[in-house]
Amino acid sequence: MTASPSAGWLAFGRPAPVAHPAATIDVAGITVTYANGVMAIKDASFALGSSTICALVGVNGSGKSTLFKTLMGFLTPATGSVTISGLAVADALKRGIVAYVPQSEDVDWNFPVLVEDVVMMGRYGHMNALRLASAADGLAVDQALERVGMAGFRKRQIGELSGGQKKRVFLARALAQGGSVILLDEPFTGVDVKTEAAIIELLHSLRREGCLIFVSTHNLGSIPAFCDHVILFNRTVIAAGPTQATFTEANLARAFGGVLRHVRLGGADLHDDADGRSITVLTDDERPLVLYGEQDRETMVPPGKTEQGA
Amino acid sequence: MTLVTWLTAPFAFDFMQRALIVAVLVGAICAILSCFLVLKGWSLMGDAVSHAVLPGLVIAQVLNLPLMLGAFAAGLGCALATGYLKRNSRVKEDAVLGIVFSGMFGLGLVLFAKVGSDQHLLHILFGNMLGVRWDDVIGTAAVVVPVGALVLLKRKDLLLVCFDPAHARAIGLPVALYEVGLLALLALTIVASLKAVGVILVIAMLIAPGAIGFMLSKRFDAMLAIAACAAIASSVIGTILSFHLDGATGPMIVVVQSVLFAGAVVFAQWKRRRLQAA
Repeated sequence: MTASPSAGWLAFGRPAPVAHPAATIDVAGITVTYANGVMAIKDASFALGSSTICALVGVNGSGKSTLFKTLMGFLTPATGSVTISGLAVADALKRGIVAYVPQSEDVDWNFPVLVEDVVMMGRYGHMNALRLASAADGLAVDQALERVGMAGFRKRQIGELSGGQKKRVFLARALAQGGSVILLDEPFTGVDVKTEAAIIELLHSLRREGCLIFVSTHNLGSIPAFCDHVILFNRTVIAAGPTQATFTEANLARAFGGVLRHVRLGGADLHDDADGRSITVLTDDERPLVLYGEQDRETMVPPGKTEQGA
Repeated sequence: MTLVTWLTAPFAFDFMQRALIVAVLVGAICAILSCFLVLKGWSLMGDAVSHAVLPGLVIAQVLNLPLMLGAFAAGLGCALATGYLKRNSRVKEDAVLGIVFSGMFGLGLVLFAKVGSDQHLLHILFGNMLGVRWDDVIGTAAVVVPVGALVLLKRKDLLLVCFDPAHARAIGLPVALYEVGLLALLALTIVASLKAVGVILVIAMLIAPGAIGFMLSKRFDAMLAIAACAAIASSVIGTILSFHLDGATGPMIVVVQSVLFAGAVVFAQWKRRRLQAA
């Protein structure tokens, strides 16, 4: 993708990378049950290391948000254990290791807070009990806003922003916090294509700095473009591993059952010759995953190509 | 009569001075809390806790305990019971809240009628601003000043808990403790306001100022300041008006707050139209 002026907000020089402690998530055999008796996660295990972008994929109600809540200590597993950067969840949270970027629908955009107020909230863990900002906190906020290209919007009330700008503000908060484990909930909902590309750029540069980025998303089509690992989830881990090996039609079918929209074009339906290649489109009503090639040997078509065709 | 004498004449009387001090104290603390309640979507929580205070008052009197202790325990108990029932049943929060507080209010009225009391029911419900004594003024201040100071000092954390509990949790804040703490401070505030405005009228004072501040500000500290100013102005104007009109003071303050709220709605709309036109 060529650098356009509006995507240029990532292109400027950034401060020297922060040294992060080795970012890891270790989930060992956790079972999470709600008070009403519903078992949301059953015996799930996986491990993620630093310099990783991992997608968490599954149908609605598959326990993805329960898993996030468990990683943030909202829920305690009945059995099994969660370790973040070698620490128990509560200790990892106290050290500000875990940064969370919420889903846009979970934020009340009418709140009387400015862009800079939201980003400053990322610094609270670094402040004393009265949350008085030091010069270092102010600098971290400036740098985070610069890095996401929102410095010109710092005095805006958050409701006055576009979908992509809103997302960038909360990313800036995670940057200001300096957490090395970053949890993103549906980062591309309501975001235009250019901002999506810019967010992916930012995540890639965070990965280079050693961050572990864990993304819950329905946007199947963009996963191959920016995630090196994938976890397919439905109450437990269906499949986990490097994207190329794990993010396959067979595994997706196992994780989603019949929920995905599944369109196959080509082969004998389209022409009489022996060309067995076909195009398969898998979609969860967000950007689709497109596979092309001989039956059972299809490869993923990167999202950029689908864009150019459109 | 000149404006100055019109404004100052009421305060030639001792009881009017005491009423004014209590009205300003209660108005200010309710305004500060109302900002958090409005933003957290807890406006009805003030309603519920204040109704639920009644059985606590009566039981404390029967057991010869301090009335304020009983009221506080009952108010906080209502809020905590609501939270527990919401988590453990399929009924939604507003329905649970409605059942719990009206049930407790009903119980309070039944007990009140049964055991009788040296308190007037009307005074408990609507307050008796002109009847406050100096020790009531001191008692109110003894609650209002520390509660207000605590809330103002911790306002950034409380705001974060209202705005984004997930992030609050992610940076290690004890979110549940803050929420219970806010409810406890709410119950304390209601108890401190009882004498002056009663359990019914305090509801208005716990909603209107926050709503006014919310409409007229883009930033939380501005919202707090506007809410507090609106509430204090209402207390002063309401007290003076009630003297000249020979009306009840507490209700008059609530009426003035409602008028200010209406004014804020009109002003906010006018401002928005003007921005759109520009």
